[in-house]
Amino acid sequence: MTESEFIQNLHTTAPTWSGIRFLKRMWQFRMGVIGGLFLLSLIIIAVFTAWLAPHNPYTQDVTQSLAPPVWIEGGSSDHLLGTDHLGRDILSRIMYGSRISLVIGFSAVTLQLILGVALGMLAGYYQGWVDSLISFLVDAMLSFPYILLAISLVAVLGASFQNIIIALAISGWTKYARISRIETIKLKEQEFILATHSLAYSSWRIIINHILPNILPTLVVISTVGVARAIISESLLSFLGLGIQPPTPSWGVMLAEGRDFMFMQWWLAAFPGMAIFLAALSINFLGDTLRDLTDPYLRKN
Amino acid sequence: MNQTLLDIKELSTRFHTPEGVVRAVDRVTFNIKKGSCLGIVGESGCGKSVTALSIMQLIPSPPGKISNGSIMFENRDLLGLSPNEVRGIRGKEISMIFQEPMTSLNPVYTVGNQIGETYQIHQGLSSKEAREKSIEMLSLVGIPSPQKRVDEYPHQLSGGMRQRVMIAIAMACQPKLLIADEPTTALDVTIQAQILDLMAGLQEKMDMSIMMITHDLGVIAEISDQVVVMYAGQVVEQSSVDELFEYPFHPYTQGLLGSMPKLGDKFLRGKHPLQEISGQVPDLINLPVGCLFASRCPRVEKQCREALPGLTEVSSEHDVRCWLV
Repeated sequence: MTESEFIQNLHTTAPTWSGIRFLKRMWQFRMGVIGGLFLLSLIIIAVFTAWLAPHNPYTQDVTQSLAPPVWIEGGSSDHLLGTDHLGRDILSRIMYGSRISLVIGFSAVTLQLILGVALGMLAGYYQGWVDSLISFLVDAMLSFPYILLAISLVAVLGASFQNIIIALAISGWTKYARISRIETIKLKEQEFILATHSLAYSSWRIIINHILPNILPTLVVISTVGVARAIISESLLSFLGLGIQPPTPSWGVMLAEGRDFMFMQWWLAAFPGMAIFLAALSINFLGDTLRDLTDPYLRKN
Repeated sequence: MNQTLLDIKELSTRFHTPEGVVRAVDRVTFNIKKGSCLGIVGESGCGKSVTALSIMQLIPSPPGKISNGSIMFENRDLLGLSPNEVRGIRGKEISMIFQEPMTSLNPVYTVGNQIGETYQIHQGLSSKEAREKSIEMLSLVGIPSPQKRVDEYPHQLSGGMRQRVMIAIAMACQPKLLIADEPTTALDVTIQAQILDLMAGLQEKMDMSIMMITHDLGVIAEISDQVVVMYAGQVVEQSSVDELFEYPFHPYTQGLLGSMPKLGDKFLRGKHPLQEISGQVPDLINLPVGCLFASRCPRVEKQCREALPGLTEVSSEHDVRCWLV
């Protein structure tokens, strides 16, 4: 049997796609499946909040204020997770809050990626003074604590939905720039990039078509963690009063409002806190699994 | 047949490093005839690969620079062309295959994508046409069931298969000159022979010239018509293959031939150590006066240490850089 026939046989004898194999695969990536399902349900909730939420998140009812969750004495099935100090339904507010968290999380990271990857790859590919300039910028940015930079930017720009996204994007792109720069430098030395030069492909094509796809897996993993971080940062900015302004229901705003009632009426802060935690965790699970899936060596196994 | 395709004269390439100027290629002169195969032999660091990269003008600059000479390709001096004109020749008329088939293909694209891309860029074919051409090329380089292979990723192929794919990519635009930089070094011996056969077959079929860079005299004997022996950035001997193996003149060439193990030698002559060339290649930054091989030469004489010998013709088309000629 020649080498090629042998390899051919390997392929034909490999098990074909079936229900059992599908389930096995799902089990292999169970953490990612859990994370993905949770994130998916969060997205569905965010999109259809207006129909799904049991109450209007802004409606105040002082007679119902500080009602505990349903399983605690004094709780009612009308407010499953209880109400806050103004009598607003906590579950409904968390559901509305998911919109803000997801939109800010994903759009901030998208902007970070565009900015960071573009600058990082330029620095890594051209090196020389382009690299010096961009690396200097990155170092300067990194000498500033991430959240402090975001806080000062919001303070300067003013607290609004768009400005939070812009502030998070500007303060968070450096990580992607560093990673894409170093990965680009590494790949540039590889023979397959040298081979594309020998075929006279343009620099633009080499960067976009040949280097970028090779660094994407790394970026995907890191940027999912970045989404989780952006969601937490938004909550933190809102908690500090620099983000989403009350009465808009953001998880951070709810956390800030619940602070005063932490010891007696813990549900005001605990449930939005849990929402932040679960959202960040599920995104991290998903990110790890995506890494495994995009790895060309693991893909076929 | 006797038309010259590539004519290199006095080519020098230098690298400006913090330690000093490295003379990687020093006044190298040779030519390649249409439809023939030129072998370049020499040990690591003798300037073989840098010569190839100089022709392709892929020398990283800085620190590298082609400081002197001319590279005439079909009566055009490649060194005088604009970067755009050079790119018109690179990949289309001169293409190159590299030593490491394991890292020469992009891991994220299928084989078909990578062969097809050259067609899409250089010949403006649609992706469907490019795919058909890729399948055609795969079967041309002897890959079985190309229809299936075309959609596979590099990591699914063995080293020999990948080198075939590399050849397919390099041959896609039917170049007039194929530069092969140690294409068989990373492969095991049986596959080496297959790849060399393939290249020789393609050379005949497509009427192209090959510049074969190797440190393996066996490869040279197999495929080349002409040989250039390089040492420390200089040409030390050049001639036809037959003549070089029959009458090697330069002590370095003799050393190279003597250091090749011969099959069955042990039974004929008993156990004896392989002949080696003792010593080290001189430092390319501080080159010694005189012949660069003097410090390792078994037949060194006084004048060898005093002045660098020029290339002398010993018979027709056989030049040697040695005082003892």
